[in-house]
Amino acid sequence: MGCGLCEVYCLVEHSRSRDVVKAYRREQPAVLSRLRVERRDHLFLPVQCRHCPEPLCVYSCLTGALQRDQATGEVRLDAGRCIGCWTCILACPYGAIQRDLQRGVIAKCDLCPGRSVPACTAACPNEAILYVEEEAP
Amino acid sequence: MPRRSDSEHTRYLIVGNSAGGIGTVEAIREADAAGVITIVSDEPYPAYSRPEISEYLAGLTTVDRMLFRPPDFYERNGVEAILGIAASHLDLEKRRLVLEDKRVLTWDRLLLATGGRPTVPPIPGGDREGIFTFTTLADADRIRAALRPGSRAVVVGAGLIGLSLTHALVRLGVPVVMVELLDRPLATVLDLEAARAVERALREAGVELVFGQTLADVLGRPEDDKRVGSVRLQDGRQLPCDILAIAIGVTPRTELAAQAGLRVNRGIVVDRRMQTSHPHVYACGDAAEAFDFVHGVERVTPIWPNAYIGGRVAGFNMAGRDTEHSGSTAMNALSYFGLAIVSAGLQEPGDGPGYEVLTSSNGDAAYRKVVLREGRVVGLTFVGDIEKSGIVFGLMRDGTHVSTFKEALVTPDFGLTSLPAEVRRELPELIVPGAT
Repeated sequence: MGCGLCEVYCLVEHSRSRDVVKAYRREQPAVLSRLRVERRDHLFLPVQCRHCPEPLCVYSCLTGALQRDQATGEVRLDAGRCIGCWTCILACPYGAIQRDLQRGVIAKCDLCPGRSVPACTAACPNEAILYVEEEAP
Repeated sequence: MPRRSDSEHTRYLIVGNSAGGIGTVEAIREADAAGVITIVSDEPYPAYSRPEISEYLAGLTTVDRMLFRPPDFYERNGVEAILGIAASHLDLEKRRLVLEDKRVLTWDRLLLATGGRPTVPPIPGGDREGIFTFTTLADADRIRAALRPGSRAVVVGAGLIGLSLTHALVRLGVPVVMVELLDRPLATVLDLEAARAVERALREAGVELVFGQTLADVLGRPEDDKRVGSVRLQDGRQLPCDILAIAIGVTPRTELAAQAGLRVNRGIVVDRRMQTSHPHVYACGDAAEAFDFVHGVERVTPIWPNAYIGGRVAGFNMAGRDTEHSGSTAMNALSYFGLAIVSAGLQEPGDGPGYEVLTSSNGDAAYRKVVLREGRVVGLTFVGDIEKSGIVFGLMRDGTHVSTFKEALVTPDFGLTSLPAEVRRELPELIVPGAT
């Protein structure tokens, strides 16, 4: 549908205030939604990190800030180790990584730590975003 | 480290403790949880982020914060790390590696990830104090120790290493003159347009640029002839400096491979499985050649991601999981001096038949260029607006035919929805709700 609720809930989830107006208007550094909804003609596509089993971003990371958690399969960012070199952005075939220019680091989906289901998935009124845990190989 | 015996046996022996070596360890451990892994490196630290030596020299980070993997990496992965000790002799017949402290390691599978060494041509006066290279933490420490209030630097070579050093020196307030033989910075990495953007950024940061020149000789100081006081260029110009850095390139470290009788071209020769001319010896990273899918040949592409990925392929094969490298190519992202530039593959294809170049720009804010060869992407350059560049690089890696939607690749609103449905479906794991 392209309603964009996933972007709203993602952004609020990653804010300090957890208040939609403050999160959008007041917080500094500005809060970023970790996913974007692409809209073209009648096609709407929520794009976020796929936590790939063969994550090219992790293999390309110059510092070790991006690593794959072998137990859960999550592609994790340690923002304190990110130097904003943007090599992962060139490596990601989905364009799912963005620059947080105010912090000088990347921003990407972290699967909403502390939640059983990510905020985008819980908020989607059309059940278009699925969160599926795969069996370990 | 205590010496247990005169000869130690290990299942997997890895020479080199940087991106390639770590990629190999992580792949081996996915395929073999138990086999003993030993890493040997002449550098004394745990694996660190080599590109971060620029931040380190600038005083913005510390060794502890530069570690490429957590401090417990070696222990957790069952890796014995022999650090600060160089390998000195390799015997393929007996599968023995002798270290410089005379210790002997025997192995079942060997990886050579020996990296590269800065190229330093002979220059008259080149034995004076104050001449540096910049590829290791130790180099950064040496430069830091040599800096004095009022120090001036000349950096020879405006490639990636020269630029990363210059960025650090500028942040330390050191005046820098860059001397480059070609007519622009990063000539082998960027197209003309992007190189001009780098040139502007360098000049705005106060860096003096001298193109079309190189060193004729290095001169001493009036009060101390043993120390660098200035350099003379080939046109006779003299540039005063206390710090002279040579950053004209990196040569693969292939001595051990060559001494053992492995096949060596410019780099160690490997096949698509990263196997050398010996069935139990593998190689990757800056020391080795790898298949470049743009150029269609085996060549050395000394960049960090390719070292890691090559190591990953080698590691799987060493552990018995048959894996082929699909090929790699040059790919770089630059964030120095406030720039955001990414590039991959061919930058200036010339007028060769079958090539097509698509560009778009929005003043200085954004520039996009895609090079096609017979309908497939073989090069890209994005300046400013870089966030969708990975989608284009993905099409390039996959060899996707893009003729039917090529114009979209350089539009500002390019995205996954610009791709035809059949291309989008080919992307791994992409769930496309409502796709038609």
